[in-house]
Amino acid sequence: MGVGRSYCVALVGLNGYIVEVEADIGQTLPNFVILGLPDAALNEAKERIRSAAQNSGIPLSRRKITANLIPASLPKRGSGFDLAITMAVLRAADDIQSIGGTVFIAELGLDGRLRPVRGILPAVMASVQAGYPDIVVAEANAAEAALVPGANVRGYKTLARLAFDFGADPKDLALDYDPPGEDVPDEADTATLAPDLCDVSGQGEARRALEVAAAGGHHMLLTGPPGAGKTMLAERLPGLLPDLADTAAMEVTAIHSLAAVQSSAVRLLRRPPFENPHHSATAAAIIGGGSGLPRPGAASRAHRGVLFLDEAPEYERRVLDALRQPLESGELVIHRSAGTAAYPARFQLILAANPCPCGKAAGKGTECTCTAMMRRRYFGRISGPLLDRVDIQLHVERVSLADFGNSGREEDTATVAGRVLAARLRQFQRLRTFGLETNSQVPGRTLRGQLRLPPGTTRILDTALERGTLTARGYDRVLRLAWTLADLGRSDSPDIDHIGQALGLRQAAAAT
Amino acid sequence: MRAKDLLGRNGEALAADFLENQGMRIVDRNWRCADGEIDIVALEGDTLVVAEVKTRRSLDYGHPFEAVGAAKLARLHRLASSWCRAHQLNAPRRRVDVVSVIDSGVGHPQLEHLRGVV
Repeated sequence: MGVGRSYCVALVGLNGYIVEVEADIGQTLPNFVILGLPDAALNEAKERIRSAAQNSGIPLSRRKITANLIPASLPKRGSGFDLAITMAVLRAADDIQSIGGTVFIAELGLDGRLRPVRGILPAVMASVQAGYPDIVVAEANAAEAALVPGANVRGYKTLARLAFDFGADPKDLALDYDPPGEDVPDEADTATLAPDLCDVSGQGEARRALEVAAAGGHHMLLTGPPGAGKTMLAERLPGLLPDLADTAAMEVTAIHSLAAVQSSAVRLLRRPPFENPHHSATAAAIIGGGSGLPRPGAASRAHRGVLFLDEAPEYERRVLDALRQPLESGELVIHRSAGTAAYPARFQLILAANPCPCGKAAGKGTECTCTAMMRRRYFGRISGPLLDRVDIQLHVERVSLADFGNSGREEDTATVAGRVLAARLRQFQRLRTFGLETNSQVPGRTLRGQLRLPPGTTRILDTALERGTLTARGYDRVLRLAWTLADLGRSDSPDIDHIGQALGLRQAAAAT
Repeated sequence: MRAKDLLGRNGEALAADFLENQGMRIVDRNWRCADGEIDIVALEGDTLVVAEVKTRRSLDYGHPFEAVGAAKLARLHRLASSWCRAHQLNAPRRRVDVVSVIDSGVGHPQLEHLRGVV
């Protein structure tokens, strides 16, 4: 008897901290106390642990059990500490042999089975980084935990089997108990759902703009009357984006592991995510938040993918403006009472808007009932500083009858994605020396410095700048788009044609 | 006498023997007042020991120690004062012990003793 010790991980946002669990068995009347800022779910662990241990055939000591979670000042949440506390208590009672530096992350069922918890990927990452590579998780979490390089993961179904492997007396252990496994979603589930670009009839200009946005990672604003296909187009953008590289895939999987209510990731998420929040969403829903420790919002769930805001002017202005910080830094830092959490949020922003509140100002706009004031107010909600960061601003018209009849002969997603990938590779080769990946990230200084174009090519831009029809910031954005167009056209650098096309992608929406 | 009372009686007798073997001097048994009953009052040196004995046949309904809750413990401390007052005795050193007896009827009963429970 004496003190038992085991290890677990407490998550604060995506950052995990090793928590040492020590358990003491006191020579007094039976009781169970958990110290170290446990939340309600963690305090209920006492009852889960008692029942689970009893039903596994390795009952807890009938004395006063004190479990202390160190550091005591760090708030600890959730049910993931169940197993670590159990192992520390069993060790204190000498029911099992030495635990060493093993980290235990799992919830216990009353019958003694190990249940999966969310956020296992970031927890295991933190554990390995902190120098604790030996990790025990529930079997349903094992595949996700094993995604972390350098982790020595063992998955168990029941407490009895785990206790047996740690040297418990097998006499009374419920080793035969075999609870049914958790359902593992099929890979095909997600792959077949992505909509294909060949469903979009006509809209040649918009399709082209979408391709450019995908190739260069440019933010995009689509305006147009209802039914023009803005939403359809935006939904097809993730399909055009290339698969995520290892580090990006790890980040995305970690966020979704934390945000998911139950299901455990079986493999890394390789496809860029797509988030499509409703326009009634609050700032906390988009940015992340919630009581206690903040959870990731839609912007973070769209990390390395696409954040699509349909009916953008209908969003609250402060929600839209809150996106300026992640657009700039690629990260969201949220402060709440229980602590500060930083979530990555490097997403591609797609905004869609009607031309006016009634939506009928398309074409000649004769049916539109909106006053000029109403229209200005409508677009005024999307603030200037936000629009400044949107490279492509495109007006989408209703599809014509001729194009509609021709449907079925459009390019599909795979074809366009091939060109996008080729363009991305060209960018990667060129921008590697600057530590960048896509044209949309290139700062103006570099565009006008190392990547300077000959004066003959940029003449129309220089003239426009001189006349005042183009701002300095707009100048840079046209250059970025021109580079992407050149990459798509397999040219080494943009020519006059690319510049002209880029200007077109910028100014198409300027009329409204 | 009913079986459960007999079991308790036997347990208390066993506990008293056990405590005497530990070097305590039994001074009172089953002392009652309006507030409740003390199973055993003993002296260990100059310390007054109020002992509560819990007897069970098996662990099917939990360990005997688990039946001693916070309310019962508080009452035992109160009873210790009452006993001193009733016997006009001043015992500056007092403590409450709990003895559990598990008597399955087969072989020797198992006794456990917790000292100075608060």
